[in-house]
Amino acid sequence: MKIMTCPVNGPRAISEFAYGGEIRPMPDPATCSDDEWADYVFNRNGSPGVKREWWCHTPSNTWFVAERDTARDVVLRTYLYAEGS
Amino acid sequence: MPWRLLRFALSKSHPEPRMFTRHDRLKPAYDVVIIGGGGHGLAAAYYLARDHGITNVCVLEKGYIGGGNTGRNTTIIRSNYLTPEGVKFYDESVHLWQDLSQEFDLNLFYSNRGHFTLAHTDAALRTSRWRAEVNKHFGIDSEVVGPEVVKKAAPMIDLSCGGHAPILGALYHAPGAVARHDAVAWGYGRGADMRGVEIHQRTEVLGIDVAGGKVTGVRTNRGNISTAKVLCAVAGSSPRVLDMVGIRSPIYIHPLQAMVSEPIKPWLDPILVSGSLHVYISQSARGELVMGASLDPYEVQSTRSTFDFPEGLSAHMLDMFPFLSNVKVMRQWAGMADMTPDFAPIMGRTPVEGFYLDAGWGTWGFKATPVCGKTMSYTVANDREHELITGFSLDRFRNFALTGEKGAASVGH
Repeated sequence: MKIMTCPVNGPRAISEFAYGGEIRPMPDPATCSDDEWADYVFNRNGSPGVKREWWCHTPSNTWFVAERDTARDVVLRTYLYAEGS
Repeated sequence: MPWRLLRFALSKSHPEPRMFTRHDRLKPAYDVVIIGGGGHGLAAAYYLARDHGITNVCVLEKGYIGGGNTGRNTTIIRSNYLTPEGVKFYDESVHLWQDLSQEFDLNLFYSNRGHFTLAHTDAALRTSRWRAEVNKHFGIDSEVVGPEVVKKAAPMIDLSCGGHAPILGALYHAPGAVARHDAVAWGYGRGADMRGVEIHQRTEVLGIDVAGGKVTGVRTNRGNISTAKVLCAVAGSSPRVLDMVGIRSPIYIHPLQAMVSEPIKPWLDPILVSGSLHVYISQSARGELVMGASLDPYEVQSTRSTFDFPEGLSAHMLDMFPFLSNVKVMRQWAGMADMTPDFAPIMGRTPVEGFYLDAGWGTWGFKATPVCGKTMSYTVANDREHELITGFSLDRFRNFALTGEKGAASVGH
């Protein structure tokens, strides 16, 4: 069983967590072009690498950030959004 | 006594030609370079040579032929999709499949079984009716049947699924079939090889040269090649190759796992799929149960397996077939599924001239192997999309004109 560390609740089984996708900056829908908006809505960075991702510890509904190597499926670091950079 | 075998044992030189010609080095230039020696890439090479007379082609494969998703799927072939684009496309594929063994002179073990998509809820039944009507409109054998028909076709099934997910009906698709997946890649590969196409295994693409918006060459670990046309058919590695030419895409990679049981006596003729229970199951000619489920829940670009997968899948399997509780799982594996937001593929030309894409094959690529080869070879040869793939262009995401295939693509999405 794979273990992930919730910044609030500590190490837990991966089945307690939900994946929220890579953290991506949202363009301002009021000012951006249609192409920029379509790029934000659909396009992804699908190549392997270390990514900053949203994860949620579902029993406590805690959203936090995980830095994860998506090629090896290894979690390098987890922290609350407000605490990290 | 198999005399042929004895001849092999006594002969000093190999008495039969090898399946593929070995080429010691790459040529400096080709008319078309195909990246990816899986079913799709080899089929495109085959039809380029056979139908379009383009034989100065090389296929570059990082590993070995058919070692990617071609050899990692659960071999199901069907055409009961949801969108008109999908239905017409996959129907052509099923027709091509039926003649392939003859064409290759190689037994693909194409086995017509019939395919049930089980409905456990009113919503699932409604989607089944929708699919059946779209299918019938395009002349495809597809109908909604009651639970008694399922029971007759698979007498061992528990129609109540452990009491919590009773089967209300099913979408029945008589042409549903399975085939031997490795043989498909070998058949296409041999056919292409015989017509002059060069297949280079263990050759990794390191970069693609683009000048003035046009493809000019490919760099590999065995040297550089100049070419004006590149076809990318690399499934789970698509984002990495797209990065080489600077094209953004909506493709994201999740592993899809599968497993087989130990061989048991033949008891299951049809292919069964349950969207609600996230199960698909068929029995191979060897007697193994070939089983799959839904995608892994998060992005990973590797083919690692997890223990959660057989655990979860077995639990659902036992809801359907309680008598399997003593059957052992033999092996499990994973493939990298290149998913798209609308569960339809991405095929055709791209913003880079001479760079053609056959990607976004997620969990539905095996059954499309022949028709992908046919339509992509046409597209590469004529620099114009084949009429069957115009609904699958990369542009659709920029134009907010998606081809919504989610309801029919696979299970559990």
